[in-house]
Order: sequence, then structure tokens, then C-alpha cells
Amino acid sequence: MAIIINKDTKVLVQGITGRQGSFHTEQMIHYGTQIVAGVTPGKYGQSVNGVPVYDTVTAAVERHDVDATIIFIPAPGVKDAALEAMDVGLKTMVIITEHVPLHDELDIMAQAEKKQVTIIGPNTFGIISPGQSKMGIMPNSIYQPGPVGVVARSGTLSYEIAFGLTNAGLGQSTVIGLGGDRVVGLSFTDVLKMMEQDRGTKAVVLVGEIGGNAEEEAAKYIATMTKPVVAFIAGHSAPPGKRMGHAGAIIERGHGTFENKVQALTAAGAKVANLPWEVPELLQKML
Amino acid sequence: MKLFEHMGKELFRKYNIPVPEGKVFDNLDHLEEYVANLGAVIIKSQVLSGGRGKAGGIRFAKNPLDAKSAAEELLQTIVKGYPVKAVLVEKRLDIDQEIYLAITVDGSAKKPVIIASASGGMDIEEVAEDQIIKKYVDVHIGIQPYVGREIARRLGLQGNYLKQFASLLVNMYQLFRSYDCELVEINPLVICHDQLIAADAKVTVDDEAVFRYQPGMPMVDERSEREKKAHQLGISYVELDGDIAVMANGAGITMATLDILHHYGGKPRNFMDAGGGASTETTAKALEILLSTKPKAILANIFGGITRCNDVANAFKQVSEQLGIPVPLVIRLVGTNEQAGLDILKQQGIASFRTVHEAVAKVVELAAAGEEELTNGNNNQ
Repeated sequence: MAIIINKDTKVLVQGITGRQGSFHTEQMIHYGTQIVAGVTPGKYGQSVNGVPVYDTVTAAVERHDVDATIIFIPAPGVKDAALEAMDVGLKTMVIITEHVPLHDELDIMAQAEKKQVTIIGPNTFGIISPGQSKMGIMPNSIYQPGPVGVVARSGTLSYEIAFGLTNAGLGQSTVIGLGGDRVVGLSFTDVLKMMEQDRGTKAVVLVGEIGGNAEEEAAKYIATMTKPVVAFIAGHSAPPGKRMGHAGAIIERGHGTFENKVQALTAAGAKVANLPWEVPELLQKML
Repeated sequence: MKLFEHMGKELFRKYNIPVPEGKVFDNLDHLEEYVANLGAVIIKSQVLSGGRGKAGGIRFAKNPLDAKSAAEELLQTIVKGYPVKAVLVEKRLDIDQEIYLAITVDGSAKKPVIIASASGGMDIEEVAEDQIIKKYVDVHIGIQPYVGREIARRLGLQGNYLKQFASLLVNMYQLFRSYDCELVEINPLVICHDQLIAADAKVTVDDEAVFRYQPGMPMVDERSEREKKAHQLGISYVELDGDIAVMANGAGITMATLDILHHYGGKPRNFMDAGGGASTETTAKALEILLSTKPKAILANIFGGITRCNDVANAFKQVSEQLGIPVPLVIRLVGTNEQAGLDILKQQGIASFRTVHEAVAKVVELAAAGEEELTNGNNNQ
């Protein structure tokens, strides 16, 4: 079992002919993802790793069954591409691109709310249901199928956690990156709800970081969950007021601090690991 | 990017948001003449920080001579860590009431939010929750005047003020959207002689929207030279005060790497997120930035995803051959194209670790050993 994507998900790639789009299309195909078509305006008739390229999303969905789209378009064009896919009626979208303007994200999310579209990202590594399918840029080698759901704000840190789980013999049901920006589609709570429902998920790992209040919000739902949750929060040692990479990762005016988040999660019944490699140890005790 | 108050007020003028009559000065030339025409003035240091009043960054003057000496003093002051490079001289307002008003983005709601309070002039963080009015904005609709009238009513404004407030809020939202703002804040918005006037202006614009900034857009760069250089490479870099330079790929893993470094007793010299699929060339330049900070040791924690291990390894090879790396270098390299990366490092005689804790423990040990060597060396002299 898995959430959002599985072996049957038919995927469109927007921006398939670009440097990242073409490289990761190949990687996704190697992993087993069903990539059915790609879109790059003006490149109709080309093919990337055997995948046919169309000029518009409408042209692609006229010829192929498509369940979901993954966007590799440079930041200035992301809003256009996302609205195009939503206009055609696609309901699941992964936006890999980073540096998307905040107001474009506001516009995209407003449309997604209206059209009931599930968006992962922007600024995400995507989603993987190990052994079945991936829509994203994560390395293929570090995951294995199993019972642990992982939801993270940051990409590479989630690789670290998933790699640790795999090395400890704990496979994953689905691993999702929400995206590092201030405004993203799915929230921790949205994903936790899906994982709570998913029969293939026995426990959940939440990988958070300082800044914002997404972890505190998630804690409210964790308090009602039947499945065990282990959390790791990055940024314990970060100095206040400095913007550490992600737009989200900043501590301002005492909000979104490490202590706040750990306190909220612990009070909700989650176990919080101090260091990344403690995550599998804590899970083994709970499973 | 935060804008200085005078820049924010320039934008306010453009959007018909009333501001006090005033002018910015970076030296004392013509300041006396200007004040002679204004009467009593307020002189505000232009620094990118709130709480200027309490920090002594705001002065009042009744005549040109007082104004000149206050400005002269302020221009030599450091307010909240920022040297004052300019002052804004404004006509002093007779204030009847102060209001707080802002438009910003609520990440959890994924919507713009209007925040207002009748307790203006204070830090909004200190205002009790029940004194704060919050109203989300549907970007499909924007802000209509009725939203402003209702907020004005809840703030206790009546008559002409109600309509003035509504039109000011609509204009403020236009500015917020047109300039890709993260925040437009007026604190205080004051009532003065039957008019609403923005006594202060805090505007923060989204750096990611730089490609569509309008001509004449004011620009402020707070970054250090190294931070600027990194920014041009598309790398996120923040200077810290430790001695071990750190490069990782991804904000989360970089923060976690700093946490682990602290756990082992090491102190980071910086935060460098060289993620996002950085090429060999970019990674090499990033490494040069790290070397320029003269750290005791360098730690690279790379978990390749979109970033490819062979690109990273080639960067280390290139810098090592062209410039030399004079301090201990510890690398943890796993993920996409891992074997190719490890082979390149091996040819260079650079050791690589498979787990982050081994790598961090090693770099802390090497940095400490370097320290000891240095201390012993000094003792021998």
C-alpha cells in the first residue's frame, strides 16, 4: 500500500527536455514510474528516453491517460505551467522547482483549492512509494518497501533519514517532501491524515525544521493518531534571525523555535529524536 | 529584501497612501534650509530594524539648528547593530490616535492576511491576541473597499475615517501584489488633523521575484561580500562565528549537519547550502568561498539526489589541483552517482565517509589537532 502514487500512476513530465527534466525522467523510468508523456512548448515530435513530447498539456492528455504531473519548469514559468495542468483537469501535481515567487505560489494554491488539486511542493524532492513509483529527484538506491511513512520539509535531510531506516531494515510505505517554501501545497497534517488511513503504513516519521508553525499544527493532529510518530527537527543550533536557506527556516521574534516544536510534538505523544540516527532506534522500540 | 523606510514611503506615495512630508539625507547639506520650511521635525535613522525609537535612533527637533545637530549625531551612530547611513527628516505630526495595519502572507493558510489593531505604535508581538483583527484575502477577489470598512468599524473608526481607511487598505493591497511583497506594514497609521497618515513604512519584497522587478525598483543589499558572492552562485550562505567550514546540499541537511557538529563539540564557521543540483563549477566556487574564510577544517556532507556525487567530487579535485586545500578536508559523499564520485576522490587521495556521524567526529578531531599544533608551535617560539 502507499499514498498518492503507486505502480499504476501514469505521469506527465512538464519541462521534460530541460537539463533536470530529461535526467530525472530517465531516473524515474529506471525506478519503474510510468512516464507516459512530456511537455515542452515548441518541442512537439521529440522524444526523451522514448517518452513522446508535446507542445501543451492539452495535447498530451488528448493522446494519453494521465493521472499526475511533475513540473521541472524554471521558476518564472511555474505558475503558468501549474495553471495549465489544473485547467486541463489534472488533480495531482508535484512541483520540483525552487525559487518560485511567493505571490505565484499564492495564486497556484488558490486555484488548487478551487479545483481540489493535490499539490506537492514547490521546492520539493517529490514523492516515492518504494518498489512502486516515484515522482521526484530523490536517489533511487536508498529506499526499500516497508511499513514506515516519512513526511519531510527538507529534501536531503529526508534522504538521510530514509537511508538510516533502510540500513536498519525498516522499509518505507511512502516518502513525501512537502517543500521548503513558506507557501506549499500539502501540509504535514494533510499527509499524516493519509498515512493514518493507509493500511500499508504502521508508523510515521516527521522530519521538520525550525521556522514557521507547521510542526506545531501537525502536533494537534498527532495527538489524535493511533499510529506511532517519531520526529526529528533540524536547526537546534541555528542562531535566531538568520535565514538558513529555505524561506521557512528562520526564527523570528521567538516563533517557530526548536524548543516550541519539540515541546508541542512531545506533548502530542510523538517521540523526538535528538540526532538523525536515533530515528530508527526509536521506531524499532515502537513497532 | 527589506526596504528602508524612505523607500517604502516612496512606494506609498506612488500608491496614494498618505505619508508625512519629508526628505532623506545622507549628509548635512541643505538640511537646515529644508527644516526651516517644515517647522518642527522628526529625524529618523534609516536602518533595517524595528524598535529604532527605543534604541535612540529617532529624534525630535523644533528648529533647523537642533535638527542639524541631531542628524549629525545620528549619522555617526550604530542603531541595533546597523550603522546609520541616512536619516529621514519629516514634518512632525500631531497624533490623535495610532493604529497598526499590515498585509502579509500566512503560510499555513496559504493566503495573504490583513492584520490590524487599535493598539498601534507597539510591537505587534506584544499586543494581546483578542486585540488583533485578522482577515484572510482570496487572491481571486483581492480586497474590496467593504473589507476595509468593516475592519475600520472594528477598529472604532467612523464617518470619513471609515472611507479613508477602506481606500488606503485597497491601495496597500495593490502595492502588496504589484511589488511581490512579503510584508507591507504601517505602524503606526496615525489620525492627524482629520487625515489618516502612514507615519512609518515597512516593506519587504520577495527576492525570488527579482526577475520581474519594475524599473526604478529600490534595492537594498544587506549581505556581506562573501554572502553576495555566494548569492550570485545561487547558493545559500550565512556567516557564523565558529572555525569549521561546512558545506552540505539542502537547507535541512545543512542545519542538521550544524546540529551534529555542535553535538560533537565543533563550531561551524558558516552555513552553506550548496544544494539544488549545483554543477562542478558552482561547487568549486563555493569551496573557494569557504577557503577564503580561513577555517581550521572543512566538512562537506553531500547526499546526492538532484546533486550528483561525481560533479561534487570533480569540484574538490579541481580546487585541490588549482589552488590547493591547505586545511583538513572531510567529505561524506553518498547518493546519485556515488561510485563515480568516490573514484574521483580516491584518485585525489581524499578520504570519504559513508555516515555523517563518522565524518563529523573526524572533522572535529582534525580541527582540534590543528589547534593543538598551532598552540604547540606558539609555545616553541
